[in-house]
Amino acid sequence: MITLKKSDYERMLAHARAGLPAEACGLIAGTIEDGSKIVRKVYLLTNTDHSNEHFTIDPKEHLSAIKDMRAAGLVPLGNWHSHPESPSRPSEEDRRLAYDPKASYMILSLMDAEPVLNSFHIEGDVSTKEDLVITD
Amino acid sequence: MFITVAGEKKEVKDGLLLKELIEQEKVQTPQYVTVSLNDEFIETADRDQVVLKDGDTVEFLYFMGGGAWH
Repeated sequence: MITLKKSDYERMLAHARAGLPAEACGLIAGTIEDGSKIVRKVYLLTNTDHSNEHFTIDPKEHLSAIKDMRAAGLVPLGNWHSHPESPSRPSEEDRRLAYDPKASYMILSLMDAEPVLNSFHIEGDVSTKEDLVITD
Repeated sequence: MFITVAGEKKEVKDGLLLKELIEQEKVQTPQYVTVSLNDEFIETADRDQVVLKDGDTVEFLYFMGGGAWH
């Protein structure tokens, strides 16, 4: 299970909408308690591809975020990105470029009026939807 | 000598090459990992030549990217 605060979800959504038509992206960090991931901080980072079909997290911002997580006593939990025009599921490229089997990969779809956020575990070609809980 | 790897101080042999550290740390899929040395990113082709010094700070970052359609 992975838990995300509603306020963090709303920040993520605002960043994704502000970045349109390009994909938006970032990192998630937090704690792991009894095997469950709890997102304590969401990082809103730059997509250096500036594309509506691809994203690459800015490595300098990635490095800064990792240092910030360490200073705050948090662990990296994974990343998130938006799909402006496609569903909330890993594309073939998402699966191919998911190099960290311990990470959670959150995908926020903006293709419909109502946004959809899902979280996935990706290992090799296989992606599994995680139990995502958004709390107040 | 002592270096810091991913925030952790470690003792390593003098003159350790960056590529040796990558092997020693068992970095998975190193071709897709960005390496920073004292906050400077190191080109993949340069890893074989980089000699680490006492007090260096090394970070390994998994590439984070993807796409929407394919």
